[in-house]
Amino acid sequence: MPSQKKILEVKNLKKYFPAAQKQQLKAVDNVSFDIYEGETLGIVGESGCGKTTCGKTCLGMYPVTDGEVLFHGKNIHTMSKKERFAFTKRVQMIFQDPYASLDPHQKVYDIIAEGIQIHGMAKNKTEEKKMVAELLEMVGLNAEHAARNVHEFSGGQRQRIGIARALSVNPEFLFCDEPISALDVSIQAQIINLLMKLQKEKNLTMLFIAHDLSIVKHISDRIGVMYLGKMVELTESSKLYVDPKHPYTRALLSAVPIADPEASAQKERIMLKGDVPSPVNPPVGCRFAGRCENCMEICRKEEPQMIEIVPGHYVACHLYND
Amino acid sequence: MENNIVITNDSFAKLEKKKTVEVSVERQSVWKDIWKELRKNKVAMVSVVLLAILIIAVLLAPLSPYDPYKLDASQKLQGISSSHWFGTDEYGRDYFTRTLYGGRVSLLVGFMSMIMTVVIGTSLGVFSGYVGGKVDMFLMSFTDIFLALPSMLLMVILNTFLKPGLPTLIVVLSLFSWASVARITRAETMSLKERDFVVATQNLGASNFRVIVKHIIPNILGPVIVAASLSVANAILMESSLSFLGLGVQIPRASWGSMLQGAQAHILDYPLLAVYPGVMILITVLSFNLLGDILRNALEPKIVE
Amino acid sequence: MNNLLEMKHVAVNFAAYGGTVQAVRDISFSIEEGQTVALVGESGCGKSITAKTIMGLVKKPGKVMEGSQIIFEGTDIARYSSKEWRKFRGKECSMIFQDALVSLNPTMKIGKQIMESLDNHAVTTSKEEKKKKVIDMLKLTGIADAEKCLEKYPHELSGGMRQRIMIAIALISHPKLLIADEPTTSLDVTIQAQILAEMKALQKKLNMAILLITHDLGIVADVADKIVVMYAGKIVEEGTVREIFYHPVHPYTKALLNSVPRLDRDGKEMLCTIEGNIPDMTNPPKGCAFCERCPHAMNICAQYMPEEKTVSSSHRASCWMMDERAAKGGVAHA
Repeated sequence: MPSQKKILEVKNLKKYFPAAQKQQLKAVDNVSFDIYEGETLGIVGESGCGKTTCGKTCLGMYPVTDGEVLFHGKNIHTMSKKERFAFTKRVQMIFQDPYASLDPHQKVYDIIAEGIQIHGMAKNKTEEKKMVAELLEMVGLNAEHAARNVHEFSGGQRQRIGIARALSVNPEFLFCDEPISALDVSIQAQIINLLMKLQKEKNLTMLFIAHDLSIVKHISDRIGVMYLGKMVELTESSKLYVDPKHPYTRALLSAVPIADPEASAQKERIMLKGDVPSPVNPPVGCRFAGRCENCMEICRKEEPQMIEIVPGHYVACHLYND
Repeated sequence: MENNIVITNDSFAKLEKKKTVEVSVERQSVWKDIWKELRKNKVAMVSVVLLAILIIAVLLAPLSPYDPYKLDASQKLQGISSSHWFGTDEYGRDYFTRTLYGGRVSLLVGFMSMIMTVVIGTSLGVFSGYVGGKVDMFLMSFTDIFLALPSMLLMVILNTFLKPGLPTLIVVLSLFSWASVARITRAETMSLKERDFVVATQNLGASNFRVIVKHIIPNILGPVIVAASLSVANAILMESSLSFLGLGVQIPRASWGSMLQGAQAHILDYPLLAVYPGVMILITVLSFNLLGDILRNALEPKIVE
Repeated sequence: MNNLLEMKHVAVNFAAYGGTVQAVRDISFSIEEGQTVALVGESGCGKSITAKTIMGLVKKPGKVMEGSQIIFEGTDIARYSSKEWRKFRGKECSMIFQDALVSLNPTMKIGKQIMESLDNHAVTTSKEEKKKKVIDMLKLTGIADAEKCLEKYPHELSGGMRQRIMIAIALISHPKLLIADEPTTSLDVTIQAQILAEMKALQKKLNMAILLITHDLGIVADVADKIVVMYAGKIVEEGTVREIFYHPVHPYTKALLNSVPRLDRDGKEMLCTIEGNIPDMTNPPKGCAFCERCPHAMNICAQYMPEEKTVSSSHRASCWMMDERAAKGGVAHA
């Protein structure tokens, strides 16, 4: 069960990328959230909303433009080389593309043993072999797979190898970047189950990013919804579905198709107008204003701040700002 | 269809499943891949066989009963005979033996300068691509300068100033051919370092050295092999040109290029003297070039349905 | 209702590196006029190849096998010449793809591209009339400022807009059948909802049939009338939406339905999974292709291919579990 101990604190995180004509692409713009020990925080949003950039910046894979990310109270972007090395043992990542994320010229053993070797976790070769075999069993493969080349495996099996690699250093925090969107439906369920099982066994804290709302809801304790570089709503996952506050969240939820013809027919749909604006020159005021059905005058002028409307439920919308 | 079905008592009993390790084979390793692709291609196989024969023959040159350097005026300019397969040259030396020894020099120069070219080019290219930024900009401008130089002219000048000999020749040849290898490897490295598996290794805390040795280099091997093959051909050709100009191997040693130069004087009365080394150069260079092209196609990413 | 399209014993093979891939293995199904049929399955199950076969787009090394019949409005089109295919495509049947960006010519203005597809088939009309037709079509697909859009290049448009353009191109000559191959997979959910709604509206207006190819059961529940479930090149189950969603018979269909988490249900229980992977199609198993992964597999499943059995007039499935002898063998009917 999630505790109240903060593992990761993200404070006013901003990440801009240089764009054409000396403009800036505001991929993540002033986002704040905390991740508690043992919980899974899901972040959903449509492509280009900055969710992956946000996750990667939290792992120190990009430098910040502004704001800070604290891991156990320590700013990860100002760590020394030594601290950074220790940090890599505690925080790991699972990638979206199981084909691009494994070196095609390596054997499964080499891939999984790499972290063990880098951090000197095994006393000798025999222990290393035992550890690799255990990791393989843990992710649902067998020890005989170790001697094979990666290219002999299917997408789902590759993703399992990727998970074994991430877990090889015994991390406490796992960042999953769309880990199943490249897989087939029946394989997706296998990977989700595996991640949930491992989280329980190893008491992992997870940051889970995906565009598929039903999957995120299934795996997460809390969900943050992002739109155009901003976090617009953050609450417990069960609450988010029952009582979404932000108009964008409502539209997003209503747009997700449900695999049940009757429920689908009864479902009320909020059709959003138009497309997501460009993050290079985002609109002034609320970024969702142009597509929002509840748009008010103030929305086009002033940017709404994230407020806690009920304990644990944060929304950034002028509708709840009185 | 129903007719063919034999129903037994246990037909509808639960199936005992064997635990199988399902594995789908998609691609072989680089070397196996190359070999498979070459096997399929007739031209490639001919090239490989020709080169193999040439290399073996050249290695076995000391078995020849003739001394390639001993002058014997009584034997000069003899035609083809059972004792002199290619006849003799103007100093009475067995031309077949000379050709073999010449091939040793030509191939040695080709391979040595290829190794130097690949080592220098790959190290610089990988370093430049991996580090990126200002270092990359500087190194690549430096590389571009080398690509823009009139190499033949400079090689002639350098060879004139430096102490003549094989090592000089090899160094000079490599000096003017590493740049293109550096360009290729740099581009490959640039794209590889953004790939997820490299990022994953960095996330595990791997040092840059480890990333380069374990993940970058094995993955750029394909293009490097192609470049190496073409670079052997190029070096042999350049060496021949320089030797033809009298700037290559020094007398009494011979290479195919210097043999061509020697044959000049007798081009009208004994044209065969020029034909033998000429054909050798042609076969070697053509084979390496063809192999390079075929490898390039073989190593290109294939579209899999 | 009349059958618009009937597929009878269609088989497609692909000559590949390691042998012949039997991508589609003897499938038969039909599409009625104005009906939406969803072809559901995982990647590699042959659903896209089936669509290409209907459009005559199976190219070497692929081959539509002898004995395959594709009957469109009473004519067998399986042996059409390439000239006949060209006439057929666009006029009778159109296709939209997953990735609109690669399907559009990046160097040509949108207006010209749509106009061109009109030229291929349509009766000769004046330029003005054609332009009007194009603008009307764009408006039908939900593009507000159609006139402006004609002057744009594909890269200037968003993913949703590009997919609309694709639909406009496909529908400009009012085909009777639209094949949509994962039309919304590369789009975001909110945009997907827009596109699906527009497709449904257009279907009503133009009275065309749609063959929707997708792996997303949510979309299927939303738009389809009939579902065809494919696995390893074969049809394992076929029925109306209600039959498939509420009374699935085949274990694969059941597993597929249970493996997606539902947004409208709570709980963090484990999802149902289908263990294992799809069989190698160069050497398909001689029995039921799903046998390896099936929780109810019986000895006979590994030996013989199950025959198709009818559940109701519209519901068919191929599984040995449906055989009356199966229950006697001691396996509970799940």
